[in-house]
Amino acid sequence: MTELRSRPGSTAELGARRDWLEHAEAADRSEHLAAAATALRRRDLEMITAARMGHIGGDFSAADIVATLYLGVLRVDPEAPDWPDRDRYIQSKGHASAILYAALAMVGFFEDEALDTYMAPLSPLNGHPNRRHVPGVESNTGPLGHGLPVGVGAALAGRLAGSSRRVFVLTGDGELQEGSNWEAAMAAAHHRLDNLIAIVDRNGLQQGARTEETNGLEPLADKWTAFGWQVLQVDGHDHEQLYQALRGTPLAAGKPTCIIARTQKGHGVSFMTDRVEWHHKVPDDQQASQARKELAT
Amino acid sequence: MTQAATASVGQPAIPPLHDCRKAFAQTLHDLAAADERIVVVCNDSVGSSNLVSFARDYPGRLFNVGIAEQDMVGVGAGLANGGYIPFVCAASPFLTGRALEQIKADVAYTGAAVKLCGMSPGLAYGPLGPTHHSIEDLAWLRVLPDLPVVVPADPAETAAAVRWAAQAPGPAFLRISRSPVPDLPPTVQALEPGKATVLAAGTDITLIGNGTLASRCLNAATLLTSEGVSARVLNMPWVRPLDEDAIIAAATQTGGIVTAEEHSIHGGLGGAVAELIVSRSPVRMRILGVPGQFAPTGSTEWLFEHYGLTGPGIARAALSLLGETGG
Repeated sequence: MTELRSRPGSTAELGARRDWLEHAEAADRSEHLAAAATALRRRDLEMITAARMGHIGGDFSAADIVATLYLGVLRVDPEAPDWPDRDRYIQSKGHASAILYAALAMVGFFEDEALDTYMAPLSPLNGHPNRRHVPGVESNTGPLGHGLPVGVGAALAGRLAGSSRRVFVLTGDGELQEGSNWEAAMAAAHHRLDNLIAIVDRNGLQQGARTEETNGLEPLADKWTAFGWQVLQVDGHDHEQLYQALRGTPLAAGKPTCIIARTQKGHGVSFMTDRVEWHHKVPDDQQASQARKELAT
Repeated sequence: MTQAATASVGQPAIPPLHDCRKAFAQTLHDLAAADERIVVVCNDSVGSSNLVSFARDYPGRLFNVGIAEQDMVGVGAGLANGGYIPFVCAASPFLTGRALEQIKADVAYTGAAVKLCGMSPGLAYGPLGPTHHSIEDLAWLRVLPDLPVVVPADPAETAAAVRWAAQAPGPAFLRISRSPVPDLPPTVQALEPGKATVLAAGTDITLIGNGTLASRCLNAATLLTSEGVSARVLNMPWVRPLDEDAIIAAATQTGGIVTAEEHSIHGGLGGAVAELIVSRSPVRMRILGVPGQFAPTGSTEWLFEHYGLTGPGIARAALSLLGETGG
């Protein structure tokens, strides 16, 4: 199996980009993050059309969140992925692996060309992320409802170590039907883990239908509030809202933060947007061509 | 055999019996004094895991997540991600049954250095019934890659297992017995991964046990001696990785193998031994444990008797096997 190595110079490049974003005008920042998110979607599209497999709908709903995190928020070091004091990003929706891999490559955890092996035999880039082969991955996710408990442990570790690092967990919305999330939500509030941020990719669709038709989550914000979390709802495709929300955490001292990001499955491509079948449908040649056009700018 | 000196003349001495949780807790407590990375995660089981003094002496290093085993194992994985050495302690049926997917994905597959401690396994909860018996845990966990599975047999081996786990770079499952066991002969000082120990030499048949059954295999060997049978006894704490050399030697040098474990006869130590010898050196076996059924109501010792998990029961199985093989 190929060993993935960081792109030389990527640490300095990412640091400079984060600094630039911090001091840029909001409009410039938004434009930069939007362009990066679109680039991630384009790369994701090519990975999935080549592999003939993937979860493009959930990748695209999370693309703006992932781009904002990696470019502007997370304190990580692509050339030293095990830096003990790094922020932790745990992507509980492991099936959205392609968008995570594209982001890791974009900021330099490994070379872009590795993405061409997505799900190919013996590729380190499995359909669900594997920490032991992919630098930058914190925990092996795939079965749903696993990320938040691990995030609680990582947040406890950060506190024990006396570190100011933060732990970000991205969950799908359908996976909040897994009870393990609510076990973790209770524990996070009990331990007053204000270094823990859960981001819910609230695209409203799970594999086969709308969440509210399947096993309704609403009133979702009230649930998190009742569990002791400080909740903020944002437009999950508005980069400035995401940037300010994610940079501004914790929202309240002594409380974990939940950011409910309202998103659309398949966002960015008209015929995929908010369509349940694009959970894991693979575009044919004509659809891929159309998607490329829409993602050209 | 270690025996108490208090037996009256003419009667066999009764060795002192131990609850291995005590050695477990004492060793963990001692190690934690020297290594601040050692922490505990448990599920409302501070008392039943003997962790009261740990909680008292290391405030802030024991996380009781309440009755939430999936969260408990995930929290352990997150602490390991942060460089800590979490001992995740819970009654074995709930740790391994409820959180099996977390053990597979968050711990074994991720390679998180979580030390899973299955307390009071097997038939320890006796009359509380099959919901509380943990006679499936070895079957569930020994199939997971990269997760060593250790079943200590007495206090010394329990302490050695805890010390080994604390310094091992990866995850582990330790099965910590509460059913009373005697001290085994001090054959080895440290626990060597994947190594069985020979408790008695023998040439006619091999008895392999671990945990609470190791000493009972030794008792069986003593009984077999009076029947003119020379039984080798292997204590096999490592269900994964297996001591393949010791098992193959037993298969080739003795006339058959009897395994005994506080577990289902399906998928545990006996299953592991059978899987190995069937392809390398087939010999007849008897796999002793709980047959494929939910156990009836009864105390732990009553259930041991019921299923022949005693010195005489193991000896009977050995004689039966030798009768078949003409040994």
